[in-house]
Amino acid sequence: MISIEPVAAPGAPLARRNPVAKVAAALVFSFILLATLDPVAPAIAIALELALLPLFGIRYRVLARRALPLLLSAAGILVTLVLFAADRSGRVLLDAGPVLVTTGVLLTALGLVLRVFAVALPGVIVFATTDPTDLADALVQNAKAPARFAIGALAAFRLVPLLGQEWQMISMARRARGVDAGRNPVAKLRLFTSTAFALLVGAIRRGTRLAVAMDARGFDAGTPRTVARRQSFTRADALLIAGSIVLAGAALTASVLAGTFRPLIG
Amino acid sequence: MGGVLLRGFGWRHAGRRAWAVRGVDLRVEDGERVLLLGPSGAGKSTLLSALAGLLPEDSGEQEGTVEIDGLDPRKGRERVGIVFQDPETQLVMARSGDDVAFGLENRGVPTDEIWPRVDEALRRVGFPYSRDRDTAALSGGEQQRLALAGALALRPGLLLLDEPTANLDPAGATLVRQAVAGALDADTTLILVEHRVAEALPLVDRVVVLEPGGGVRADGPPEAVFAAHGATLAAEGVWVPGHPVTPRPATAAAGDLLLADDRLGLPPRLGPTDLAVRAGEALAVRGPNGAGKSTLALLLGGLLRPGTGRVTASAELAGSDHRAPPHRWRAPALAGRIGSVFQDPEHQFVTGTVFDELALGPRRTGQPEAAVKDTVAGLLERLRLTRLAAANPYTLSGGEARRLSVATALATAPRLLICDEPTFGQDRRTWQELVDLFADLRDAGHGVVAVTHDADFVTALADRTVTLKRTPDGSR
Repeated sequence: MISIEPVAAPGAPLARRNPVAKVAAALVFSFILLATLDPVAPAIAIALELALLPLFGIRYRVLARRALPLLLSAAGILVTLVLFAADRSGRVLLDAGPVLVTTGVLLTALGLVLRVFAVALPGVIVFATTDPTDLADALVQNAKAPARFAIGALAAFRLVPLLGQEWQMISMARRARGVDAGRNPVAKLRLFTSTAFALLVGAIRRGTRLAVAMDARGFDAGTPRTVARRQSFTRADALLIAGSIVLAGAALTASVLAGTFRPLIG
Repeated sequence: MGGVLLRGFGWRHAGRRAWAVRGVDLRVEDGERVLLLGPSGAGKSTLLSALAGLLPEDSGEQEGTVEIDGLDPRKGRERVGIVFQDPETQLVMARSGDDVAFGLENRGVPTDEIWPRVDEALRRVGFPYSRDRDTAALSGGEQQRLALAGALALRPGLLLLDEPTANLDPAGATLVRQAVAGALDADTTLILVEHRVAEALPLVDRVVVLEPGGGVRADGPPEAVFAAHGATLAAEGVWVPGHPVTPRPATAAAGDLLLADDRLGLPPRLGPTDLAVRAGEALAVRGPNGAGKSTLALLLGGLLRPGTGRVTASAELAGSDHRAPPHRWRAPALAGRIGSVFQDPEHQFVTGTVFDELALGPRRTGQPEAAVKDTVAGLLERLRLTRLAAANPYTLSGGEARRLSVATALATAPRLLICDEPTFGQDRRTWQELVDLFADLRDAGHGVVAVTHDADFVTALADRTVTLKRTPDGSR
């Protein structure tokens, strides 16, 4: 389960930036990096990301915990590619029956793993330093997103942690009713489906009640909305986005200069 | 401001044959405090929704008129505030202060006025924390007070309360009622739906009783209304003061041991607890919020693996599984021996009709179809659900859903029945039926364990009470 609570020191210079600016900077940075398939550009990008981490107020140990699902998927990619990739070029490193590891295979796998990290880390950093309420506020005030969408999503989001408890309760209630799957995989799948359905029914009912309560407090009633918490988009926020373009560009330039640049298209 | 005028008002939800409420003529002046009563199904909640402007024109059919200060409620929404029953689905924001501010933002209140009004509303309901308090960390009673602050911050002329304390423990409910009493301005009109009349009376000066078939049955000062209609209302399920319930003490001494706990616990939710349950005994488990009562019920019911200690079932209860603890039993075997009734009935529903819901347990435990039909028919009759046999369990009212959830646990005739807050929010009639049902079970030699906050229920039924203490670190 990926946690969504912010974990950073809130006063850190980049953590304080406008949430919309942070999201935009992360998106731009990731998109630019997608342009190349080589391992050098993402390696440089990761180094830059890690170097900037203290400015976001995140400690390395906290990031490692947050990025654990990423580490696991990276390990998965590495193993899969090493075992199954069609490209068996380069010097043979290990030849153990069906397992044939060559430098070419290893380089491709490494490139892919680095790309996954370089592209995903900015997102991890943004969500580790951003309060969901602030993000919704900034989306409405600075990105002109409709409040109906941003605040509505925020309210729905608040009900998500309840789903875990709910799943547990429904499973236990089913067991109490004499319903279990034992070792039969088909019965397991059916039980899973019907539990998921009960969870969905419950979620829809709760969502409906929440919508009525929001309606009763005048949400989306056509009156122009004011804001209790001001979010401002300053020059520093613009600089953050510009900075991320420059840094991602630098990583690409370095890979071109090193001669490893392999464009995604062409 | 907040006068209400209803003339021949009726509402039928789209797709329903019966009118939810019909033929209501009612006038409520500014500043009046009205308790709205009626047996379940009389349309009280629908009427409140109509007054709050929460029934869109395309969602049903309307008869007559409803006006707030001469306006259609759908157009005069800023005059009305409403607090519902369920605390969990009324709060919108993560921080308490932001949640109160939410309504003010929606109404376009200028930013520099918002926070003073938020602070004032929080103060009026006696909210004990700062604005930054996480709304998910609040107790149910605190969440309801916050919801009340959210409604009051909008300075409504008419405040509608739809059973705001039905889901709360007694201490939390008292604080919410005190908050309502202390927070109302003299010219705020109040309409309260609440079937626990004794608790509601200090807040109101007028009682209106809706007739289930349509119209208003009675309207006037509380003493006059209850003198004329008290007995009828009590029989219909309203908790009218002065109409005591029938206690059901045990007729015989408790029998053999069914289940024994030795240092049973699940840290941090429940500290080590020793407990014994006997056949022919009704045991009440009480204790403050966070003491782990619900966790204990799940552990006794064989639904959770214990963190400390163990549950030992007697040879008589365990049958062929006497070497394994209940949480290791297969589900059909468990359902035939220990029945569990959950706090939220809807968690327990598995099938599409009331009939199938009751037939599920007997079928899983291998009863022949003819015996299943007999069992189901008997339970339907006993719990007044016969006419709902083909209905979807999710469409039942609160009382019906509770009766069905108890009936499903009884369908497999378990020796031991574990219930978590079985009487929460129930009207007097269902309440008395539950007491009688549990008492009959006990007198027939079954063991009954009820986790409950309900002192009346304990008095009426329990032979023995165990009180849990809050775990030392206070966490759940």
